[in-house]
Amino acid sequence: MARINEFISHYPEGKKKSAMLPVLHAVQDAHDNWLSVPLMNKVAEILEVHPIEVYEVVTFYTMFNQHPRGKYTFEFCRTSCCSIRGGEDMLDYACNKLGIKEGETTEDGMFSVVGTECLGACGYGPMLQLGDFYHEHLTEEKFDALVEDCKQGKIKLD
Amino acid sequence: MARKILFENIDIPGIKDYEVYRKNGGYRAVEKAIKTMTPDEIVEQVKTSGLRGRGGAGFPMGLKWSFIDKKSGKPRHLVVNADESEPGTFKDRFLMEYIPHLLIEGAIISSFALEANLSYIYIRGEYMWVFKILEKAIKEAYANGWLGKNILGTGYNLDLYVHCGAGAYICGEETALIESLEGKRGNPRIKPPFPAVSGLWAEPTVVNNVESISAVSWIVNNSGEEYAKIGLGKSTGTKLISASGHIKNPGVYEIEMGMTVDEFMNSDQYLGGMIDDRPLKAFIPGGSSVPILPANYIFKTANGEDRLMTYESLADGGFTTGSSMGSGGFIVYNDSACVVRNTWNFSRFYHHESCGQCSPCREGTGWMEKILERIENGHGRQEDIDLLWDIQSKIEGNTICPLGDAAAWPVAAAIRHFREEFEYHVRFPEKIKNRNHFVNEPMEKVRHLLSL
Ligand SMILES: Cc1cc2nc3c(=O)[nH]c(=O)nc-3n(C[C@H](O)[C@H](O)[C@H](O)COP(=O)(O)O)c2cc1C
Ligand code: SF4
Ligand code: FES
Repeated sequence: MARINEFISHYPEGKKKSAMLPVLHAVQDAHDNWLSVPLMNKVAEILEVHPIEVYEVVTFYTMFNQHPRGKYTFEFCRTSCCSIRGGEDMLDYACNKLGIKEGETTEDGMFSVVGTECLGACGYGPMLQLGDFYHEHLTEEKFDALVEDCKQGKIKLD
Repeated sequence: MARKILFENIDIPGIKDYEVYRKNGGYRAVEKAIKTMTPDEIVEQVKTSGLRGRGGAGFPMGLKWSFIDKKSGKPRHLVVNADESEPGTFKDRFLMEYIPHLLIEGAIISSFALEANLSYIYIRGEYMWVFKILEKAIKEAYANGWLGKNILGTGYNLDLYVHCGAGAYICGEETALIESLEGKRGNPRIKPPFPAVSGLWAEPTVVNNVESISAVSWIVNNSGEEYAKIGLGKSTGTKLISASGHIKNPGVYEIEMGMTVDEFMNSDQYLGGMIDDRPLKAFIPGGSSVPILPANYIFKTANGEDRLMTYESLADGGFTTGSSMGSGGFIVYNDSACVVRNTWNFSRFYHHESCGQCSPCREGTGWMEKILERIENGHGRQEDIDLLWDIQSKIEGNTICPLGDAAAWPVAAAIRHFREEFEYHVRFPEKIKNRNHFVNEPMEKVRHLLSL
């Protein structure tokens, strides 16, 4: 809540709604990386707006999740610059390795694989985002090691 | 041509930290600006410098600043655009990650010049670790009296905050960014009114790119006249280029404008030539939104002149044989890249990122993606190529914001310059079905089939 109040303090009197995105990020981070309807309603209350104003924002932005995702969600960039350096191959490799399709989560809820659009690491592809961090210049070996580290709880997400 | 302005101090160990930055001349420009210059004098210096906005459109920055409404007495704002989502572009991240105080220093001076007391840096949500770097740097600036009330005892007050987005390319468009900063969906506004009159919370606002704002300290320290001496003609100063694709040394480079594309692409100091010694097939000089050019128009213009790294030279030939500097996202393709697949890739991007307000963009991007997908996967029809051409021409110029154009241009350029590759897909579907993500046989080897 301290973080939320700090964000709200960044905007003038009467402009609380402007804190919408930072507040939603903070709430999502604190709740298993997704936003349920009760959480969205709570945010509406905090920001003194109608719940619909929160819903329409959450559905617009790709970083807000309306459903649970794997604890470790690998978001592979599949836009051109990464793709021509093997980004789509990496995405396929990850799906095969984890036995899921793009957009799916493993049964134990540990891993998801998602294809995303350009993440601003175009010169360092293939790349993926995991939590708040980027993993760049990916190879199959690097990805294997990353999965292993996740399993052993060695990976920081924020 | 190795002139450095933004990267002058970037290699100094610890330059991310306030103390080191300050010891190396940091914040000197703020002192000079606030204590010895009037806001209008700073605007004049920036005008004289010829600095053009680095966010993509290349609009003269001083001129933009001079439009801000100071008469109405409403509060004014500077919003730094750090949304950086144009495929191929990753320079702003580099600046903010490695030398964050340069941006903050520039934002303070720029806010002072605009007589703004509340400013924001809007950063894309995925750059969360950079967000934290900026947060820390801003705290340091407050702690040392460069932000807050009565800065340097001059009576000037400024609050600066960093605000994070949440994954939407369209929020890089300045009015969508403002909507987003107001806590709404990122739907671009119809202009006019322009932000300089009615922007954030209907108050006068200037939106500028990270790289543009980061150049301001140097201009204040050294004068606009000195800045204008760097570069070539109307392309003054240095430009950050984000280089990616099939080159030996991808990364972010600061170049003095005026260098030849050939030198930039092939010298070891810069991109180092092509990887695996495969031939150059195409390149995009300014991010996914600008036209792709085939090998024969890269190093020379249609008139046979050297193609230079300037706004003018990259645009030479218009969209028929030229392209655009855009945001400086320099993407290089060798002959293993499939132009059809790549165009499909970009179309998927624009369809995904369209905010959906205008039907030509919302529907058109979807149709283009669909048609390109079927051509790439071996289900294309002969009339599809003309259909694509038709669709893209109906989007261009018929939408609220330039995303529509940005989605149309890459398709138009790909068909204009690589039509035979589309023909090949349509006429020989069995050759491209089931291949992996790359070209099996370079066009050189199969071109003869088309003339049979
Ligand atoms: C779809 C779209 C996306 C854009 N994305 C960005 C961006 O990520 N960063 C940026 O600085 N400008 C972006 N722009 C340009 C901005 O609208 C605006 O012109 C720019 O921030 C102005 O800054 P400048 O004058 O310093 O270039 C985008 C424009 C469009 C139409
Ligand atoms: S052109 Fe596309 S992105 Fe821009 S306002 Fe229209 S629908 Fe939205
Ligand atoms: S294309 Fe993958 S990060 Fe930009």
